[in-house]
Amino acid sequence: MTKATYLEAIRQAQHEEMSRDPRVFIMGEDIICNVFGTTTGFVEAFGTERVRDTPISENGFIGAAAGASMVGMRPIVDATIASFLYPAMDQIMSIIAKSRYIYGGQARLPLVIRTCLFYGNSNAAQHSDRPYSMFMNVPGLKIMVPSNAYDMKGMLKAAIRDDDPVLCFEDSTCWTSKSDMPDDPDFMIPLGKGDIKREGTDISVIAVAGAVPLALKAAEVLAKEGISIEVVDPRSLVPLDKALILKSVRKTGRAITVDPAHQTCSAASEISALIVEQAFDALRGPVLRVATADTHLPFSPAIEKALYPTVDRIVTAARTLVGTARPVSA
Amino acid sequence: MTDRPNDRSLEKYRRMLRIRHFEDKAEAIHAAGEIPGALHTYAGQEASGVGACIALRNDDYMVGTHRSHGHPIAKGAKLRPLMAELLGKVTGICKGKGGSMHLSDFSVGSLGETSIVGSGIPVAAGAALGSKLQGNDRVALCFFGDGATNEGAFHEGMNLAAVWKLPAIFVCENNGYAVSTPASAAVPVKDIAERAKAYAMPAIIVDGQDVDAVEAAVTEAVERARTGGGPTLVETKTYRYADHAVNMGRILLDRGAEVDEWRKRDPLTLYRARLLEAGVAAATLDAMEQEVADEVADALQFARDSAYPEQADAFDDVFVDRLPIPDYLTA
Repeated sequence: MTKATYLEAIRQAQHEEMSRDPRVFIMGEDIICNVFGTTTGFVEAFGTERVRDTPISENGFIGAAAGASMVGMRPIVDATIASFLYPAMDQIMSIIAKSRYIYGGQARLPLVIRTCLFYGNSNAAQHSDRPYSMFMNVPGLKIMVPSNAYDMKGMLKAAIRDDDPVLCFEDSTCWTSKSDMPDDPDFMIPLGKGDIKREGTDISVIAVAGAVPLALKAAEVLAKEGISIEVVDPRSLVPLDKALILKSVRKTGRAITVDPAHQTCSAASEISALIVEQAFDALRGPVLRVATADTHLPFSPAIEKALYPTVDRIVTAARTLVGTARPVSA
Repeated sequence: MTDRPNDRSLEKYRRMLRIRHFEDKAEAIHAAGEIPGALHTYAGQEASGVGACIALRNDDYMVGTHRSHGHPIAKGAKLRPLMAELLGKVTGICKGKGGSMHLSDFSVGSLGETSIVGSGIPVAAGAALGSKLQGNDRVALCFFGDGATNEGAFHEGMNLAAVWKLPAIFVCENNGYAVSTPASAAVPVKDIAERAKAYAMPAIIVDGQDVDAVEAAVTEAVERARTGGGPTLVETKTYRYADHAVNMGRILLDRGAEVDEWRKRDPLTLYRARLLEAGVAAATLDAMEQEVADEVADALQFARDSAYPEQADAFDDVFVDRLPIPDYLTA
């Protein structure tokens, strides 16, 4: 067991899978110069055929990943920043999500599109998107949103070995967080399996990506007030571990969904609807959402950070749910 | 072009006949209400598809468009699953989930017939990249129309193939119209082939009504691709007889005289004359045409006799593992 950061976990997962399987290759913009540190030493290890810099041409190279996967390769696309997926919506939505279906199962598209949720650091509206929920609205794409280094490594290795297309959203607010890493070269966490990050009895906080560490901090604050929080991390949004979420809510009777995305039609919204539809009888209050308000992300740090979910907003939501009348323990 | 008829020339004629008869039958039963949805027919463009595909090996890749019926037949696909697909049957090549715009038969090297204009071009580049990475000599050919060359996907796919020297052949079937808009109103260059210059890519303009000429042009492009010389753009000047989609009201206004002009250079008529001139007996060609007509009739009978998919099949092939069926469909 050695500790590794979230970014190092990505590098390890890619390195291990490229070493294991010659069909795996990686391409994207400025991979060789290694902007975020997830391809350190790759050219030396694998050569420039399997570690490919692309033109700035997202629809082109993401479509090329689809074609390469259909002929037996297993591409990893590094799409740098999630906002850069928009020029490739044509290929992601019409080709990658739908080819297997419209051709009646003749096509197989084992590919991974990795991209960073690059918010919270004065990158302005065009570089700060958290767009995973848009992709939840089209069938055919698996979507992973890991919140720590351990999950990242296990899930990314599983995604690379998966025979379906996977979108991997990497939360930049988690980049430097560290986990102990198993030595097992086949360490994998299957997509569709959520995780209870902290057990509790009063409120289920279902948190997405970078909201998970915030929920854990909020849980500590609330514990001092006698409010016991269960933090549920779905880890992947497609498939979604509905059973785990519903089981937790049935236990606690209260739910808050926390999501760095814009609130309207967010993952938080979908999870809230799931809870209301399928566990209404267990609820002792409304399901609350803590998400980002439906405005763009401004450049100025003076007004950007407060728009996202914060520990304080989660704490406030929790206090509201249990009722202000509840005695506060010393 | 053809010095004397051989099996290959007869095969080209047979495949063109298959397409024409398939399309005539499809159009007729669509008019009678037997085929749901829109029907995009390929009649008039047979020499383009067959000339291109006959230049490929069986294991080479092909990507096509919403005008999808001609390409698989040109590459040698069997007719039964194609006709069954048009009727939405479970025995269809896409199990009834694709229909007229997606007659893609992977067993003959197809990697899709895609109905978002231009979207197949990056896919073909990617298949060619796959061949390069696997160190094999399979090439990827992509069909698209003149309209697609105004899409970003065309330029991105062309650029990627050129900069990476990929074994790809881009075949622009220039039939003169994007739905109802003439190419002259949408493309600023006289020939689509000129667009290859921007990617330092060789280009060939060819008479798309002459199957031998198309074969020769695509063969040159395939040889270049297979031997590491990179991609080529081939522009086939061709024509579709029907509207963008048939039986949907007139999308094109008054093409009458133009259609008649092009029919004078019908690809099947031209090639039949060439075969006769080269000494093939008319009886041989007539017998072949009867065989093809029987084949199409058999395909239609097969399609009619086949079952529709089950409701549960709507949840298969979204992913490799079948999705659960929602309660409202099982109650």
